Amino acid sequence: MNTRIAHIASNTFREAVRDRVLYNLIAFALLLSGAAILVGQISIEIEKLVVINLGLTAVSLFGVVIAIFIGIGLVSKEIEKRTLYTVLSRPVRRWEFIVGKFFGLAGTLVVNTFFMAVGVFGALFYVSHKFVRADALILVALYFIILEFLIICALALLFSSFSSPLLSAVFAFSLFVIGCFADDLRNFAGMAHGFSRWLATGAAYLVPNFSAFNVITSIAHEQPVAGQLILQNTLYALFYATMALSGAVLIFEHRDLK
Amino acid sequence: MKPRQKTTLIAGACLVLSLAASSFVLHRTDQLRPQGTLDEVLFLSSPKVIKRASLGYDGLMACIYWTRAVQYFGYRHHYFAASYNLLAPLLEITTHLDPHLLVAYEFGTSFLAPKPPHGAGQPERAIELMEYGIQNNPDNWRLYYDLGFVYYMELQDYKKAAEAFERGSHVPNAHPFLKVMAAQMAEHAGEYETARMLWSATYQNTQDKQIKENAVEHLRALRVDEDIQHLQEAVTRFGERTGRLPASMAELVTAEGLAGTPVDPNGHPYKLTPEGRIEIRVPDDFPFATKGLPPGYKPSPKYHALQ
Repeated sequence: MNTRIAHIASNTFREAVRDRVLYNLIAFALLLSGAAILVGQISIEIEKLVVINLGLTAVSLFGVVIAIFIGIGLVSKEIEKRTLYTVLSRPVRRWEFIVGKFFGLAGTLVVNTFFMAVGVFGALFYVSHKFVRADALILVALYFIILEFLIICALALLFSSFSSPLLSAVFAFSLFVIGCFADDLRNFAGMAHGFSRWLATGAAYLVPNFSAFNVITSIAHEQPVAGQLILQNTLYALFYATMALSGAVLIFEHRDLK
Repeated sequence: MKPRQKTTLIAGACLVLSLAASSFVLHRTDQLRPQGTLDEVLFLSSPKVIKRASLGYDGLMACIYWTRAVQYFGYRHHYFAASYNLLAPLLEITTHLDPHLLVAYEFGTSFLAPKPPHGAGQPERAIELMEYGIQNNPDNWRLYYDLGFVYYMELQDYKKAAEAFERGSHVPNAHPFLKVMAAQMAEHAGEYETARMLWSATYQNTQDKQIKENAVEHLRALRVDEDIQHLQEAVTRFGERTGRLPASMAELVTAEGLAGTPVDPNGHPYKLTPEGRIEIRVPDDFPFATKGLPPGYKPSPKYHALQ
C-alpha cells in the first residue's frame, strides 16, 4: 500500500474513533453479559448457543450498521466540510483517496470486531467454564463476518461517491437485505423462463450474496466449515469488494467537484 | 445559586420524579390487567416467514422462540392450565428456524405429550415434532428413544413404540438399551417393569437436572401405583376369604403376613378407607401417581387454573 493511501486510511480510522464509533462496544458488552447471565435463568440448555448466536449476530449487525452509516458519509462529509479540496490539492490521486477511505473504514471494523470477539470468548468462558476445540470454529464465523464488512464498506463507498448520505444509506441497507435473500433470488431465477430467467439470474449475480457468509447457526452446533467454502468466500468477497470499489473510483474520478 | 445550577437542579428533580410517577402508574395499570395479552399471541405463525424475516440470523431467532416456548409452558404449567394452544406452534417455529436444536425436540416432546396439567395433552403433535427432528438429525438415537417413549407412555401403542426403538437401535453408537426396549415392547411385558426401565434409562441418560428430577418423580409415582395395586388386591383377597372388609390396615397386614405397615416413598403409611379403598396419605407428594387418589381429588392449584 502506498504511503498516501496509508495516511488517508489511518486518518479515517482516527476520525471514526473520534466520532465515538467504538462506544458501541459498551452496548455490545452489556448485551452479551446480560444474555450470559439471564438466559440460564429463563431458558433451558441453550446458554452456550445463545452466547454464540447472540454474540456473532451482534458482531455482524453492529458492524453492518457502522459500515453503512460511516461509509455513506466518507466522501460526502469531506465535500461538505470542504476538507476534500485540501486533500486533493496535495499530490493525492482521487482513487487513492477512495481506496484509503475504504481501508480506514475496514480497519475500524476489524478493530471493533477484534474487541467484540474478545467479548464473545469471554462470555463463552463464563457460561462453559472452559474452551473446547470446536470453539475455534467461532474464528471462522468472525472471519466471514469481516469479509461481509469488506463488501458492505465498498458498497457504502460506491453509493457515497455519487449520492447523498440519506439515499446512500437507503441503497446500502436495501442491498444488504437483498443480499441476505440472494439464495431465494437464485431459486426464483431457476424457476423462471425466458427473459425473466435472464433478468433474475443477472440480478442474482449482481447483488451481493451474504447467505454463504452466514455460518453462525451451524457453528453454534459445532459443525465444521469446509475449507473450500473458506477459500471461495474469501475470493468472492475480494472480487466483489474490488468491483464495488472500482465502481466508486470510476464515478469519483469523473465527478465534478466544483 | 446561579441560574444554570438552578435549572440543573429543577430538571434533575423533574426527571427523577417523572420516572418514579410513570413507573407507579404503569404498575397500577398492570394490576388492572394481570394477564398481558402478549404471551397469548403469535403475530407471525408461519415458520417460513419468520425464517425469511430473520435475514439469515435464524439461530438467534430459534433461541428466542425456544425461550418463549419454555416461558409459555412454564407459566401455564405453574398455574395448572388446561390448554396450551400456542405450545405446538412455538415449538414448530423453533425447530424450523434451527432444525438441529435438539433440546427443543427432547424437552418439547415432554411438554407436549403428557396430559394436562403435566403437559399439553397433544401426543400426536409431539410425535410430529419428533419425526421432524429425526428427519433432520437421523443419527441421534435419543430422538428415537423419545419417540418410542411417547408411543408407549401416552398412546400405549406397543407396536409403534417397538418400531421407534428398533429404528433407533440401528443408529451408529446407539445405546444398547434400545434393542432391549424394542424386544420388551414386542412382548408387551409387564407394564410397571417396562415403565420403570424407561424412566430409569431417562434418568441415566440425561445430564439435565430437571429431566432427572422428573424421572425420579415418575419412578416414585410408579412405586406408589404398584404398591396400591398390590394392597388393593390384598383387600379383595381378604374380602373373598372372610366375607367382609378389613377393619384396619393392621388387620390386613396380619392377614397377609406383611413385614410391617406399608408406607409410601416418603414414609407415610397408606390409608385404608372404610369402603376398602387404599389411598395415599398426601396425594400432592406424588403428582404423577394414578392410583390411590381420594375420589374427586384435584392437585391444589397455586392460584387459579388457566383456561
